[in-house]
Formats: sequence, structure tokens, C-alpha cells
Amino acid sequence: MNAPAKIQETNAEQSLNAQFDAIFAQTTQNNANQRKQAWEAFKAKGIPHRRVEEWHYTDLRSKMNDAFALASKTTPKAEALTGAGDLKTYRIAIVNGRYVPELSSNQEVTGLSVAETSGVLEAQLGTDDAMASLNQALVQGGVSIKIDANAKIQLPIEIVRYTDGSDVSSYAGTSVEIGSGAKALIIESFEGAANAAYQSNALTEVKVGDNADVHWLKLQVESQKAQHIETLSIELGAETNFQHFIYNEGSALSRAQLFLEFKGEGTHAGLRGTSLLKDSQHADITLFVNHAVPECESREYYRAVVDDKARAVFQGKIIVEQGAQKTDGQMMIKTLLLSDTAEINAKPELEIFADDVQCAHGSTTGDIDEDLLFYLMARGIPEAQARKILVLAFLSEAIEEFEEEQCVDLLEAMTRKWLHADDLVSE
Amino acid sequence: MAAVQETIDKVKAIDVDQYKYGFVTDIESELAPKGLSEEIVAYISAKKEEPEWMLNWRLEAYRRWKTMDEPTWARVEYPKIDFEDLHYYAAPKKREGLKSLDEVDPEILETYKKLGIPLSEQEILAGVAPEHRVAVDAVFDSVSVATTFKEELAKAGVIFCPISEAIREHPELVQKYLGSVVPVSDNFYATLNSAVFSDGSFVYIPPGVRCPMELSTYFRINEQNTGQFERTLIIADKGSYVSYLEGCTAPQRDENQLHAAVVELVALEDAQIKYSTVQNWYPGDSEGKGGIYNFVTKRGDCREKNSKISWTQVETGSAITWKYPSCILRGDNSQGEFYSIAISNGHQQIDSGTKMIHLGKNTASRIISKGISAGVSQNTYRGQVSAHRKASNARNFTQCDSLLIGDKCGAHTVPYIESKNSTAVFEHEATTSKISDDQMFYCQARGLNEEEAVALIVNGFVRDVIQQLPMEFAVEAQKLISISLEGSVG
Repeated sequence: MNAPAKIQETNAEQSLNAQFDAIFAQTTQNNANQRKQAWEAFKAKGIPHRRVEEWHYTDLRSKMNDAFALASKTTPKAEALTGAGDLKTYRIAIVNGRYVPELSSNQEVTGLSVAETSGVLEAQLGTDDAMASLNQALVQGGVSIKIDANAKIQLPIEIVRYTDGSDVSSYAGTSVEIGSGAKALIIESFEGAANAAYQSNALTEVKVGDNADVHWLKLQVESQKAQHIETLSIELGAETNFQHFIYNEGSALSRAQLFLEFKGEGTHAGLRGTSLLKDSQHADITLFVNHAVPECESREYYRAVVDDKARAVFQGKIIVEQGAQKTDGQMMIKTLLLSDTAEINAKPELEIFADDVQCAHGSTTGDIDEDLLFYLMARGIPEAQARKILVLAFLSEAIEEFEEEQCVDLLEAMTRKWLHADDLVSE
Repeated sequence: MAAVQETIDKVKAIDVDQYKYGFVTDIESELAPKGLSEEIVAYISAKKEEPEWMLNWRLEAYRRWKTMDEPTWARVEYPKIDFEDLHYYAAPKKREGLKSLDEVDPEILETYKKLGIPLSEQEILAGVAPEHRVAVDAVFDSVSVATTFKEELAKAGVIFCPISEAIREHPELVQKYLGSVVPVSDNFYATLNSAVFSDGSFVYIPPGVRCPMELSTYFRINEQNTGQFERTLIIADKGSYVSYLEGCTAPQRDENQLHAAVVELVALEDAQIKYSTVQNWYPGDSEGKGGIYNFVTKRGDCREKNSKISWTQVETGSAITWKYPSCILRGDNSQGEFYSIAISNGHQQIDSGTKMIHLGKNTASRIISKGISAGVSQNTYRGQVSAHRKASNARNFTQCDSLLIGDKCGAHTVPYIESKNSTAVFEHEATTSKISDDQMFYCQARGLNEEEAVALIVNGFVRDVIQQLPMEFAVEAQKLISISLEGSVG
């Protein structure tokens, strides 16, 4: 309002203005300041567009024609939620940004506590991204999940995020605190009613203590018409093992942005993922991995299969700060383009200020290897099936590196389903 | 670790003040008044005795430039340049109608002698290896002072002359190709160059001719407070071949000097252009004071099928380098190559790389970039590889390796990979590392002293690129690398 508006406000921005005013009017005192600050931060930047380097390949300003009305509180039927499927889990259901106890597990799990929150997060961890700020300005609710020090949670913790309704938007703010020496598997799903057009914007802040062991699987299976933006910011303590995997299948437009910072030495982080895209889907994975302390190891391995007119975007930035000696960072992006109208944009970046480091990144893009295809066809496998085998093999290589067996099985099943390759013999 | 510590100490003590080419030549020169306006553009055009179309072209560029902003996306930091505080034209005072080399100001000849550039043909002919003759176009401040071997080149039909002369004598070629690769409004510095460029080289190789010798331009900025804006245009007609070398030096000055050149290459059917640069502008002193701002736009257009353009660069100088020699692979089966060694030391900042734009079918490109950073310098590789929808079977291989010497410097890699064609195969790999203690131990255990060991390892690191340089340049480049890293690698 006061800031000199360089570019004209878009439809979406005008809608957001009205939404913020409405939500601000009914905000309680403790959150008012934080919301206001977040809103100002968002206003200063506006909806990101291609001139913003971090959003160069995902021009949200032109793709987000309108900001849908904030979704109201609903309680869908339990069957509507898929989550991790048949796996036995501790479920936390978040519908339209709000925690829904009726759909969540209620048994006691030693070392685990879950509480409903306003969604306004206490500490904004290392991100000043416009869409993360927007989340905090409009956030509808959320949960705080705490895992005590040395607690080994056997049951997977399942966070189901469901957007109920069409032409609505949902904003959730989640904080996860994992104590030192704790062990946990978190399976997070983002979903909504099939073919519903909605916008979901989630902000999750994760703090992991020392010597912890965390596996985190994200299943992005939003409706094919949805717009999905997720900001995950992670701080890792010393000697910790953190493994993250994104399975990207849903949404017309999706953007997953990860901000990871090493806070303690000797920590290993593995960030992996597969994107399976068709029609005119646009999927963006953007990473900022900051090696702020010495002797940490990071692995960023992503694969994408892009068909029809879909477009995959991968941006990864590994920063090694001065003094972060003995850093080992490896990034690899592999893409298969299955059609002549598919597109991939990759930007694997290294920014290095320390000399005693081993950093590398690589990227390949291309079609299915003709030689491999020939090999299979020469052995009597029809071409269509041979292609499926090769795509499945390509994706499985990434999936298998996620060390949780139950998740690997789940991911392979989902991948097969996407490929219509249920008929293929496994192994 | 002791060896590493010692290397680091040496980097700290590095004395970039020992820039070998930092002398000033004391000659009378003609300067345009400071600042930039339509009058200055007209003044430059009049000085060069240009036809009207050229003046209009410049004025159009100037008007465009007025509407543009300086780019800020590169990873370099410098105080804002006051474009009104520069002389846009500086020329050694001209004697009427220069006819032969004897009439060139002896001071200038002395300068080139100090730089080791043989201008006089006799000297070269009497040289030890007459088969390695190089035709030289020497550009002093804004003006081309001498071009050698013109006659012999003319026999082969090759035109090699200052661009100002080409504008007067070959207007049809200049009009057809000037600005066709780097359009007038391409970017801030290219547009500025289009308005005020004062000289540069022009090369035309007729169809089917293999240029009988290496062509070379030597650039020198001498005058204080000047910007140097040269323009190079090379056209290789059907089936021809040319190898072109470019070298640059400048005196030591406390203030920063601006160098904003534009180089355009056009390769027609089956033609091949090999463009090599050894850039050794004054990098500033050990405090980071002074030095050249090198903001250069270089682009090659493989306009027709089976053409090939190859860039090789050795970047050791300049306070700031902002340079992306690129290839537009328009013709089917065309090829682009980029080989680069970028060495930064002291307070230097380099943001350099390439663009390979695949438009035609079966096009191939190869990028080999070796960055070495020492001192407190920042060295960024920024490159784009893209395949258009119609670029079937495009192929790219990119390798960028960075070597860090000392823990105060930075090495960054920013690749942009954009593929819109499923048959395009792009591979990219990048590594960053330092000289390992194992490598040092291996060499030293075999009797090399520490300095020799480091030199050997660095030489091995850049070998892929050195091999691409023409022989005369390879020797110079190797020497330059050791000078640039003096104190840090011996």
C-alpha cells in the first residue's frame, strides 16, 4: 500500500488483500503482529514471477490467476483420506489447514505429543520466501508435533493433509521438533478430492536434535487440478541422519521448496525424490542446502519422468560456508523426457567458500536408451512393456535408496500404478 | 597439512602488484570530452569518417541504451560506474595519412615491443620459425594502429583490417553482418558498445579459403579514465576456416577502467572459426584497488549447416570479468565448443561461462571449464545449455571443475539446463576440490619440490583446455598461468 508498487497488482493479489483484511480483523492479539509482519513481507515482494531468480522457471504470477477463498472448517468422511494406504500408522489429519482430532489417531504413544496450534509458527527458520510469508499471513491452523529425546517411535507418524472442496485454498503451518537421540519415520501426504481445483500452501518447520535418525516421506498426490506449494525448512543437529523423499505425482502446478541447514557437525542428509508427470503438469523442486558447519555430508538425488506437455523444474543450491571444511556434497539430477513436447529445466548450483571440500553435481537428460530398449525387445518383450520396464527401473533406482522398506514397497506400488504397469512381474 | 599451510601463506603474501605489463606509454593522444551524449556519438562517428548509415545505427543504439539498466544478476560486486565520467574516445595523435609502419609513433611501437608483439613483418620473417607467422592487428586505446601481413592475406582474398576501415571500404559486408549476432539492444554493455565502439578488427574469409595464417588482435588500454569499446566481426563464408587470437593488456592505474567489447562470429555452411583469447588486463593491486572491468559480449552464430565455432579462453586478468562467449547452433549438424581456464587471485571477481543454444538438428556442443581461485577472489561459472523443440538429437557435454587454493576464496557453479526435446541428450558434471595432500605427497615423494608439485598438478588440471590453444598461444598461456598464480602455486 505504502510501498511504491512497481508492477500492477494481479487479480490473485487483490483477492489476497481482501482475504488478509478479513482474517486480520478476527485475529487474536498474540498472533496479530506476526501475521502483519508476514503480510508486509509478502506484500513487499508480491507473487513470485520469472524475474525472481529462485522462481525463474515457475512463473507463479502468470500461473496463479486467482487466489481462491479460504476454505472453511469441514470434516470429510474418513474413507476420503488415503495417506499411507494400508500401513499401520499414527495418523494426524489436517483438513483445510486445521487439525481434525476425529480423523486422527488418539492412542498414547510414548515420547510423542501432538497439539493443535494456530499455525502461526514461533520461529521463522531460514526462509524469506514470499509464498512462505503468505502462508504465515493467512494460515488457518496446524499442529505442533514433538518427539522426546531418545524416543524411538516404532509406528510411522502419518500426516494427512487434505483440502476439502473446489475453488478454495488452504494454509497450514506445522512445527516438528525431534529430540536428540530420537528415531522416527514420518509419512506425509498431500491430497484432496479428485479433480477439484484448489490451492494448498503448507509451511513446515522441522528441528532435529543431535544423534537423531529421521526418515521423512512426502507423497504429493493432490488433485490433478490443484496448485500445491510446500515450504519445508529443516535444521539438523550434530551426528544426525536425516533422509527425505518426495514422491511427486499430483497437482497441475506444484512447487516443493526445501531449506536445509546443518547446525551440528558430522551429520548426514539425504534428499531424494521422483517426479512422475504427464498432461500439462508443472512440477518444481527447489533446494537450498546450507553447509554452515564442517564435516557434514549431503546427497541430493532426484529423478523425473516427463510425458506429454509436462514440465519438470529442478533447482538445487549447495552452499558451503567459509569454515565448513570437510564438507561432502553430491547432487545428481536425472530426467527422462518421454515426449517431444515435454520439458525439463535444471539448475544445479554450487556455491563454495571453503577449500577442503568434495562437492560435485551432475545432470543428465534424454530419452529412454535405445540400446536397452532393443535388448528387451530382442528378447520378445513388446515395446510398450519394455518401455515401462525401463521407466520403472529408472525410478526404482532412486526409490531403493530410501532405506525404509515399508516406504519402498509403497512407492514402488504407486509408481507401478502410475505407469499402468501392475502386470509387470516384480524384481 | 604443513604443505597446505605454506601454500596458503604464500597466497596471502601474493603480490599482484607485480603485473608485468603495468607500464604506461607516454604519448600524446586525442581525447573526446568526458561523458556521453548524442554529440559524443556523432563525434566518434565523424572521427572515424563513417557513412551516415553507421551514424544512425550508433544513435539508435545510444537511444536504446538510455532506456536500459545495468545488469545486476552476476555474482560480482563493484561500486556503481559513473558513465558520465569516462572518455569514450581516445586515440594516439594521428599523423596525416599513415602509410607504413615507419610512420607509426615510435612510442607505440616501443609499447608493443615491450609486450612482445612483433608488428613489423620483417622481424617475423627473420624469426626462427617462419612457418608460424601471425598477422596482427594492434588496437591501442580505441584505435587500430597497425595491421600486418595485409598484402599476403589479400592474395588469398582474406580481408583483415580495422573495423573502421571495413565500414568505409566494405560497407556491404558490414551492413549485412554487423549486429546480426549480437543485436543492438542485446544487453546494457553491448548496446553501449554499439553506440560508441571506436575500433576493432574485421575479418572476412571468402568461400573455400583456409586462412593461410593465424590472425591476431592485440588490445591495449593506455589512456587514463577511458573506456575501451572495441568491436570485432568475423565472417567465415562457406567452407572456409580461420583461427583467430586475441590478447589484452593494460597499464596499472589506481582507478578502474571499463572495457566493454562486442565480438560477433558468423560461420556459414561448412565453415569453421576458432577463436582464442588470452585475457590479461590489469587485475588491480593486492588491495583490490584499480584494475579493469571487463564486461564483454561474445557470441558466435553457426548460421548454416555443418558449421563449427570453437571458443578457447584463458582468463587471468581484470578486476571483474563478466563474459559469456556463446554459440547459437542454428544450422543442422553444427557444433559449438567452449574451453575455458579462468584464474582468479587477489581480489579478482570472475563471472564467466557460456551459452549453447541448440536450434538445429543433430547439433553438438561441448563445454570444458576449469576455474582456479586463490587469494580472496570469487570465481563463478555460469552457463546455459538449451535445446529448442526442433533440436532433435542435440547433444551436449559439460564439465566444470573448480580448484580452490586457500580458504578465503570462493568457487561457484551456476548451470542452467533447459531441454524441450526428448531426443536431446545433455550431460553435465561439476566438481569442486582442492589439491589433495595425497597428490602433493605423491609428487613430492618422487623428488619434486613443493612448488613444482603444485605447478604440475595445476597444469594437469588445465591441460584439456591448453591443448585447444594454437601452439604460439599455448606457450604464452602456460607462462601466464604460472605468473598469475605466482606465490600461490610457484
